[in-house]
Amino acid sequence: MLITVKLFANFRVGRFVVEVRDYPAGTAIKAVSGSLGLASQEIGMTMLNGRHAEPERVLKDGDVLAFFPLLGGG
Amino acid sequence: MRHILRVNLASLSSLREPVPEAWASLGGRALTSTVVAQEVPPACHPLGPNNKLVFAPGMLTGTPAANSGRLSAGSKSPLTGGIKESNAGGTAARMLAKLEIHALILEGMPQGEAWYSLHVTKDGVSIQEERDTVGMGNYELVKVVHARYGKPVAVVSVGPAGEMRMLTANISVADKEQHLRSLGRGGLGAVMGSKRVKFISIDDSGTPAITSKNPEKFKEAARIFAKTLLDHPVSGKGLPTYGTNVLVNILNEAGGLPTRNFTQGTFEGHDKISGETMHDTIVARGGAPTHPCHPGCIIRCSQIYNDQDGNYLTSGFEYETIWGFGADCCVENLDDIAMADHLMDDLGVDSIETAVTFGVAMEAGVLSFGDGKEVVRILRDEVGKGTPLGRLLGGGAAQVGRAYGLTRVPVVKGQGIPAYDPRSVKGIGVNYAMSTMGADHTSGYAVATNILNVGGRVDPLGKDGQVELARNLNIATAAIDSTGMCLFVAFPALDIPECLSSLVDMINAHYGISLTGDDVTALGKSVLKLERKFNLAAGLGPEQDRLPEFFCLEPLPPHNVVWDFTPAELDAYWDFD
Repeated sequence: MLITVKLFANFRVGRFVVEVRDYPAGTAIKAVSGSLGLASQEIGMTMLNGRHAEPERVLKDGDVLAFFPLLGGG
Repeated sequence: MRHILRVNLASLSSLREPVPEAWASLGGRALTSTVVAQEVPPACHPLGPNNKLVFAPGMLTGTPAANSGRLSAGSKSPLTGGIKESNAGGTAARMLAKLEIHALILEGMPQGEAWYSLHVTKDGVSIQEERDTVGMGNYELVKVVHARYGKPVAVVSVGPAGEMRMLTANISVADKEQHLRSLGRGGLGAVMGSKRVKFISIDDSGTPAITSKNPEKFKEAARIFAKTLLDHPVSGKGLPTYGTNVLVNILNEAGGLPTRNFTQGTFEGHDKISGETMHDTIVARGGAPTHPCHPGCIIRCSQIYNDQDGNYLTSGFEYETIWGFGADCCVENLDDIAMADHLMDDLGVDSIETAVTFGVAMEAGVLSFGDGKEVVRILRDEVGKGTPLGRLLGGGAAQVGRAYGLTRVPVVKGQGIPAYDPRSVKGIGVNYAMSTMGADHTSGYAVATNILNVGGRVDPLGKDGQVELARNLNIATAAIDSTGMCLFVAFPALDIPECLSSLVDMINAHYGISLTGDDVTALGKSVLKLERKFNLAAGLGPEQDRLPEFFCLEPLPPHNVVWDFTPAELDAYWDFD
């Protein structure tokens, strides 16, 4: 299945901004972050199709997945 | 001896008073709001002789405490008609604290047409008539004032917008690079302009270092406090690297980035204006991605943004400004937005109110969405010169909306709604509605918990828990605003217990008192209550604690959500003692 993966802030360094990537059916979010070398304690926010999502969530074809380090502003 | 310095512009005289006992332990917002509530008639005209303009450093300003150098200004706001506190960095707060000025209160107004400056030193204040500086932009003014005194004095000033008493006018506070920080919101520059004060210069020469009652305990608490700021990923890493503008991509992804005058929650051009792009641009042009807005700031979320030729263009280039002209006005060219930011600092207008105003003006057809060059022209040639169009836009978003008969006018209590759509970030929407300040994202930053996973999690699209969250954050904010601390200490404070406890320990060690965390919460509550009481007497009742109707009627893509809090749910916000 094809998953659009977006990375932000320092997660982009040495990786990419956005890529459409192929994963086997049944892949969970944490497997995607793991495949990118993102340690779970580094991840501040994970958004799946614009909503916050937990690492155990299983993906489906066409999902848009975004990983952010812990960030803030205002 | 700490004292209150009053300057009466009607009699052109000043008075040094002892600090009343009830004000002695107050600082920052707690003090400015207390003075306004006690001394300003709530029904007075904000630009008339009965309004006052109060400046106060925070409780810890002038000490070595990290991030403690914010200056508060308070008054009755000509934009909202209610009480107002705005705070900023720069060098003025520290100098006032070192001069032991607990508060500087401007009262009355001159009879004639002359303009004045105030020069504050350890010997008191001298009031001078100004001629050459009248009409001057803030950047040139700061240089001229420094040259006049031959040293880096602090400068608190109004630009042409403040002189014209525009409701978008802010008050500028120079930083040590002679760049500009802003007491931004609520039209405080118009109040200073109404008193015909062009600038206040402050020279702390000859003052001793500020000492704490218990220096050893203070030092230890200050060390722990600073460590929590550096240890937290937001204040220690994210903010110094990307600045506040890192939020563009986050809010866009969450569908909460108000776009095209609040008709969409995502902006196609988001990556062109994002914090990541801005960081790379700043580095490539030899600017500074990291910069402190006041002495003692260790978060350093500010920056110096250069133009394509490597020359200084702007600093303090914030998310709200870039969101406003970027997503809300659909300008995709970051250099156009930076030029607009430069002009707004120079003219002395609030970049949030002005950006929201331009979004409304674009909907009205005054100019096209996305036309950054025309934004720059209008700021320079219309607002800056006070033409009829400039005066219209200089009056803020609500004024433009009324002039063109629009319903999609994003304001609460007359003040423009900033960079988080209340339909898809409902916690911050509650504080837009309920804040004593009008729509204000700094009145309890529920975005932290709704979106950023700081201080827990509350679903941004749901109503559950939002009123309680928003209220508690607003109470905490009112307390932090009283300490002189930058509000961004709230990020570590929400996650690291030692941050808040060491902040309380610093206050106790400095003043030789024994406050508890509960006392600090009680201070925040009391500040909100007295501000609320002032607003009720000024005519801002529960019916003003509401968002504009269009938020209830127009679903916001991509989540297609509306604002759905009932009046009773919102009114319960004030049910606390």
